[in-house]
Order: sequence, then structure tokens, then C-alpha cells
Amino acid sequence: MFGLKSDWSLDIKTRYFSLGDYAGGEARWCPGCGDHGILTVVQRICRDKQISPEKTVAVSGIGCSSRLPHYMGTYGFHGLHGRALPLACGIKSRRPELDIWVATGDGDCYSIGAGHWIHAVRYNMNMTVLVFDNSVYGLTKKQTSPTTPIGYKTNTHPEGAVLEAHNPLTTTLGIANVSFVAQTVDWNPNHLYATIKAAHDHKGFSLVNIIQRCPVFLPNFFQDYQDDPGKILLLTHEKGIPLEDKFARLFPNQKEHDPANMVDAYDIASAQNSLPIGLLYHNPAVPCYEDISSAGKDIGMEEKLAGIEKAFDQFAI
Amino acid sequence: MGNPIPRKQINEHIVEIVSDSGEGAQKAGQTFGNISAKMGNGVWTVEIIPAEIKPPARSPAGASGIRIRVGSQYITNMGDAADIVVALNEQVLYSRIATHAYKKGTVILLESKWLTDPNPKIVEQYKTALQEFRDNGLIVHEIQMEKECLKYTPKPRLGKNMFVLGMICNIYDRDVKKAYHEIENTFIHKGVKVIELNQQLFQAGYDFAENNLEFHYNIPPWQTEDSKNKLIVTNGNQALGLGIMASGMDMVAMYPITPATSASHYLAEVYHTVGGFVHQAEDEIAAVGFAIGSSFAGKTACTITSGPGLALKTEFLALAVMAEIPLVVCLVQRGGPSTGLPTKVEQGDLLAALYGEPGDAPKIVIAAATIEECLHFVIMARKLAEAFRSPVILLTDANLATGVQPYPRPEAKAEWLASPIDQSNWDKDMPAYNWDEKTGLSARPIVGQVDGQYVLTGLAHTNRSKVAYDRESNQRGCEMRSRKLATLCSTLKPPKINGEAEGDLLVVGWGSTLGAIEEAISKLQAEGYRVSSIHLRFLSPLEPGLKAIFAKFTNVLTIEINYSDKADAPFITPDNRRYSQLATILRAQTLVDIDCWSNVHGQPMQPGLIYEELLSRLNQGAE
Repeated sequence: MFGLKSDWSLDIKTRYFSLGDYAGGEARWCPGCGDHGILTVVQRICRDKQISPEKTVAVSGIGCSSRLPHYMGTYGFHGLHGRALPLACGIKSRRPELDIWVATGDGDCYSIGAGHWIHAVRYNMNMTVLVFDNSVYGLTKKQTSPTTPIGYKTNTHPEGAVLEAHNPLTTTLGIANVSFVAQTVDWNPNHLYATIKAAHDHKGFSLVNIIQRCPVFLPNFFQDYQDDPGKILLLTHEKGIPLEDKFARLFPNQKEHDPANMVDAYDIASAQNSLPIGLLYHNPAVPCYEDISSAGKDIGMEEKLAGIEKAFDQFAI
Repeated sequence: MGNPIPRKQINEHIVEIVSDSGEGAQKAGQTFGNISAKMGNGVWTVEIIPAEIKPPARSPAGASGIRIRVGSQYITNMGDAADIVVALNEQVLYSRIATHAYKKGTVILLESKWLTDPNPKIVEQYKTALQEFRDNGLIVHEIQMEKECLKYTPKPRLGKNMFVLGMICNIYDRDVKKAYHEIENTFIHKGVKVIELNQQLFQAGYDFAENNLEFHYNIPPWQTEDSKNKLIVTNGNQALGLGIMASGMDMVAMYPITPATSASHYLAEVYHTVGGFVHQAEDEIAAVGFAIGSSFAGKTACTITSGPGLALKTEFLALAVMAEIPLVVCLVQRGGPSTGLPTKVEQGDLLAALYGEPGDAPKIVIAAATIEECLHFVIMARKLAEAFRSPVILLTDANLATGVQPYPRPEAKAEWLASPIDQSNWDKDMPAYNWDEKTGLSARPIVGQVDGQYVLTGLAHTNRSKVAYDRESNQRGCEMRSRKLATLCSTLKPPKINGEAEGDLLVVGWGSTLGAIEEAISKLQAEGYRVSSIHLRFLSPLEPGLKAIFAKFTNVLTIEINYSDKADAPFITPDNRRYSQLATILRAQTLVDIDCWSNVHGQPMQPGLIYEELLSRLNQGAE
């Protein structure tokens, strides 16, 4: 599909990026970890969309998820626990032309970084935010995360988690300026690809909650869903996540959901004992903060000097 | 109006206007200061701020207002006791008296409407206070200010400050035309009627003082007409804002915190004219993260905060050190610890700025000593941040932030501006941290540079920014980051000595105490004492040559506005005494037995108090 245009004439690009151009260091996640699949999909989308690696920044916080930038061939910023979003927003603020990916996790985003999550949704800056939601703290070895189900035993709650799990979808849907909320699972590469691609295509803050397996601390935790796709609710719609029929057919449990419908989105997200995947909500019309924050970034030196002189004059006596 | 009244020529005076908050005392005082500066006088103003937005009326805790020191010379600090005070009620004076703001002979112009208040309790309070003030040597003149204002407006509480301005402008022979002009500028957005009413009230006060008060002064200017044209008048936070613009800083990310926020208020009004942007983040952590992100992408960035905000930013500052990200942090100090004294003066964040981060986090720390330096040091800080690939903390404090002073108007220079970001191809073989072994310095790849791709990390890393847990890599990274400070130090000059290079006592200061210390030192030097001072601008790295300077003095003493144990306090020995913050560093760095004199009164250092302290120390030494 590359190199030739549809009319069979040659499309000669000065640079063509292959998957290798998006590859960084060798991924060090555990064998069987869902993160490997997410990384591969991100690299494929970059390749398929021919995004310049030097104009791309993979930003992350701390945790297993947040190792992703190290495995990318783009620029990367492996920041602080919970703080990927302020960094990503700062990078974007005055350089809106950069392509920003954020890799974060259920602990990084929904717990220690929860304040930034809420506000980053409000800023609605154009970036693709992938939350690797494995319902546990992995890097620090099996502590309760905000999405750990109540009763599940961890090292911090050996008798079982004591609090109801947090629902990141309903929370995100409730934030002002929310513009793209989707959910997918790491073990279905087609849906994963289609969802993340749709998120990347959206101009605005696209949050993808990725149900992700941790084979070490939550082995077989999602096995039921893997074995019986009927336990998953596939959201379909012409404006939703485009999934080829041959892949969609694997999901006996489907629901047509218009992603413009916030009320339905909330109902789907809050339903008990349900794992919806697909596009819950999409509003392409929400303004992006970088359109405000980048104002004046290209102002010339003469104009700057004149502005400074004028400022001095305001205080002159 | 008859013949011009006779005026006594004086060298300087300190004026205060105090009231409940919301009565416009600060506006009146600032206007008086501006008029005086425009007339060529040396001026320093400092606000008297209650800690609450709406404290109870007529309460000592609610004292709100302003102090203006006007002189025939360059004024560098708020001075000692006030000469003339205008008070809109008698209760607020109690808190000023408690801070030793007045002396025997201080003249109080007191609103006397409380004497006829329908509430007998208020009448009683007023009478009691009046007697107390007079018994303590204050000279009180009762004036029916509100009654005078009622002739012009049914809402005298709102316009009384202009009447007060008129009175003091008459007392000090201020230029009426300039006053009218200032009032016009103040109310320009409120329409002609409001401007005219305020000018009427000003004139009423002016005429009242002319006809009813027996003291009138003249404070000759110190600036010639020619040099006057090249002055600007700002407070320290406005100066920070001007410096941020003049440095070509691309953006400021901040979260509201007293007393730092007004710098951002100013920038929010004008920053767009130079293409800049103020980002109000969701919290202090996000503010510094946002700035670091922007800086990583090659755009120059700054965050402005105060002590509690610095505490929250700690982890990100360590990241900026670890990953060598240029960043300017303007730290407008207030009283601590914890929420402390939000509106008051302290220099308590020095050690936090230097050593606040867990692990070794060497960074550049500089301190502005004057309002003018607040402007120029931002420009220096931005350049240092980029040249040394490091965070730079610029310390100021509430005294500089709210003090207002005239100083030479700079001219915008192209070389002050940040250069456009480099988007040329990066040499693929060159590591992201291509440390020069001797200096620790390295160029950094900017997002967008082909072949410059690297992953910035807060983990220990190699020169290629690869995560490395081996012993050599971490040792080397720490050495390279520390080496940058030694490199910077090698470019610095030893501090200038104010006075002789040897003597009985050397005073060492930093930050906003400069003016008060030098004023006290000058007085002592004039009296023949062998005392000198130095004032440090670089705290990390420390300015070179200190040990050699200290060696020439019998005693070395720091004067600071932060806590130290008094040497004679219970259980205090030379071994366990906690010294003030600069003293702690200097003692450790120079092994000189440096003493300290400091307090945490929340007030700017006063030259008179410094003078008395030094005098007693010098005379003790002579015995």
C-alpha cells in the first residue's frame, strides 16, 4: 500500500518510515504482558500514517505502561509518577505541530495523577492517551490499584480490596470538554488497532482505556473474556470504531451506539458486570487548548522588541 | 489662596496611610509614590497587607495600607519609624505601633468621625486610644475627613483615599498636575465623571491641608530632569514580569499563590504583545510540569511560585536537574513553614531552594537584591538555564514583590531574547548528553531535530540517556551535573566589598536586605567604625573568594530574615545552635566561625535596627 498511488503512478517520498524507524530499545515487559501488543499497534499506526519520528513525542509517567517511550524510536519523555499529562500538555502548548502519545496506567493516571487527568480532559489538547488498565500496580509488585475489583487480594490488601473499584469511563465522561472516550482490550489486535487509530485521528484529547493483562500478578484475570467474547459488549456504529465484519462477527454481544449520545454512553459505561469495547463518546467540535496557548508563538523579533519597549514605557516616568 | 506657605526643606520622610482594607489606602500611597518618583525623588513603598481579604472593621489585625519613604537620595528600603501617618480609624494604629513602626513625635492625622459615632462603645474606644497615643508621644491631629468628603460625594468611604492623597500631596508640595494625571490614569476605564469626582476629592484634601495644617515640607529631587526621563517605576513582581518578557521567555506556567501571583496578573495583561502565554495550571505540580514539558520541546519556560508551591514542585525540580532541562523558577518567598505568613517577608526558602530535593540535585540559585535586579536577573536566569542545561531558581521575596521603586529604564535588546529553536539535523553519533569532561556541559537535542531522538528519563542514565543501574553510570551522571556548578563558579567574580577590605566586622547578606544593610553600614562607617559588608547574588554556586575575604575581618556576621537560635537561648550551645540559612552554608563551605543575626518577624529588615545591633556588637568587641 506504500510507494504506489491508487492510479499506479509512483509516489516518491523523500523519506519513507518503516516499522524499524519507530522501534527503540528492546521491550523489557514480562512475557505475555499485554503491553507488547499495545506497543506494536502504536508503531504500526505511526508507520501507516507515516508520522515523522522526530516530530513525535511519546510521553509517560511511571509504571510498567510508562516504559513505552523507551521502546519507541521517536523522541520520548519518561517523566514522573502521575505527571505524564502536564508534561504532554506543556510539550504541546507551544509546539502544536508535534504528535503526542501518552502512555499511562490505572495507577499513574487514575490515582496519583487523577487531578491532572481531570484537567487534561478539560484542556482537550490534541494527543492520544493510552491508559494501560491492568487493575493492579505491576512495577511495584501487586498493590491495589483504583480499578482493582473489590475483594481481590493484593499485597496491600491481603484480605481483598476494601473499596469499590473506580470507573474511569464514567468519570471521564463527566468532565467538561470531554471529546473522545473509547475502551478496547489488549488481546484483540484488530480492535486495538482500530480504536487507537480512531483516537489518533481525532483532533483533541482522546482517552483510550485499554483493558490489559498482567500475567504475573493477575494471571487469568481476563481469561473468561478471552475465552468467551460474548462476555464483551461490542459497540458498533458508523461513527464508531471501524471494525471489519469478519472481526466483528466474533462478538455475539453487540450494541449499536451513536458516540454522539452522551446519555447512552454514560449508561453503557456504568452498567454493572459489563465490559463494553468501542467508542463511547466522540465530539469533534470541542476546542483545543493549544489553539489558545500557542498564540503568538511565531511572533517576530522586531515585534517582540517593540512589545518590550512598550511595556517599559508603561512604567516610565 | 494667598501667599505660598512657608515650607521646611527636609532630606527624607516616611509616610504611612493605614485603614481597614478596601478603603483605598494602597492606591493613594502608590499614587503618592509615583508622583514623587516622577518629580525625581528617591522612593520606596511597601504595602501593609492584612492576611484576610475582609478582616473585621476597626480591628488591629485588619490594618491595611502602605508606607512610602520619599527622599532626596536613592532610597533602597522601607526605613525605620514613620514621620507622618494618615489613619482612617484609630484601631488599625495599634498593630503598627506593635511592629515599632512609629516613634515619639510621629504625627498622626486621624479620622475623627468615630468621636461622634452612634455606638458608644466605638466612641469609648476612640477616646481611650487617642489618650494612649498621646501618652506615648504620638502627635495626633484629629481631622473630619469623611465630613469633608461628604461635600462632594454621598459615598465618602470610597473616595476618602483621594482626599488623603490630596492632604499628603499638599504637605510635601507635590506637583498637582502630575497628581491629576495619575488620578486620570487610575480611573481611565471608569469614565469622566469618576475621574472628575476623584480629582475634586483630591483637591479638597489638598486645600484642607493648605489651610488647616501647620507643617509643610519640601523634599528636593535627586534626579536631574535629564536622567529622570530614563527611569521606570515598578514593584518587584512587575519587574519579574518585565524581565520575563525582555528575556524572550516563551511561556509562564503558574498556580495562584501569595505573594507571587501579581507577577502573573501583570503578564496576563501584556504578555501577548510579545507572543508569550501565561498558563494557569490545575496545581503547582502541573505548573512546573507544564513548563518542563514546554522546555523539553525547546520553548523557554518559567514558573513562578512561593514556598508552599516550591515544596510541591520538588519532585519535578529534581527531574529537571537529573535530565538537565533548562527551567527558570521565580521564587517569591513568604513567611514559613507550612502556610506560614502568606503576605509577610521572609528569606526562609534558601536551604529548600538549594537542597530541597531528595538525592543530589545541584542547580543554580540566584537572589535578586533590588527591584531592578528582579528584572535583569530573569534575563540572566534564562541564559544560565540554557547555557548550563539546568533549572535556575531566582529568589525574591514579599518585600521586593510589593516594594515599589524607580530605577533606570532598560532598553530591549535582541541578545536578551531566546534564540529560535534549532531544527537542523542532529549528528546521529552525538549522545543526547555529550558531556564535556572538564565542564559537564553538553548540547541538547530538541524535538524536531532529525536523528536527535532520545528518551528523556528521570532514571539514572548513560550519556545516551539510556536507563542504567550500574555504579559507574550513576556516579558519572552526578559528577557531570555537579561539575556544571564548578564551571559556572569559575566564571564568577568575588563579591564587591562595601567598605574597606579589612576591619572588625563584615556583614554578609543576600536578597532584599541589601538597602537596609548598606544604609546601616554607611552610618557606622561615617562614625568611624571598621565595618564592611558584602551581598551575595549567587548562592549556588557560591561566589568565589569568600574565605579570603572573611579572613581579613575579626568577625563575620550574616543578617537574614529567617530563623536562627539565639546564642543565649536555653540549652543552646555552639554545638547545637541552629544558625540562619546563609550562615549555615557559609560555615560549612568556609570553615569560618560565622555568626548570624536574624529574625522571623515577617517584616523587612530596618536599617535602624541593624545599626543598633551592629553598634552594640562593635562596642562589645572594643571593650
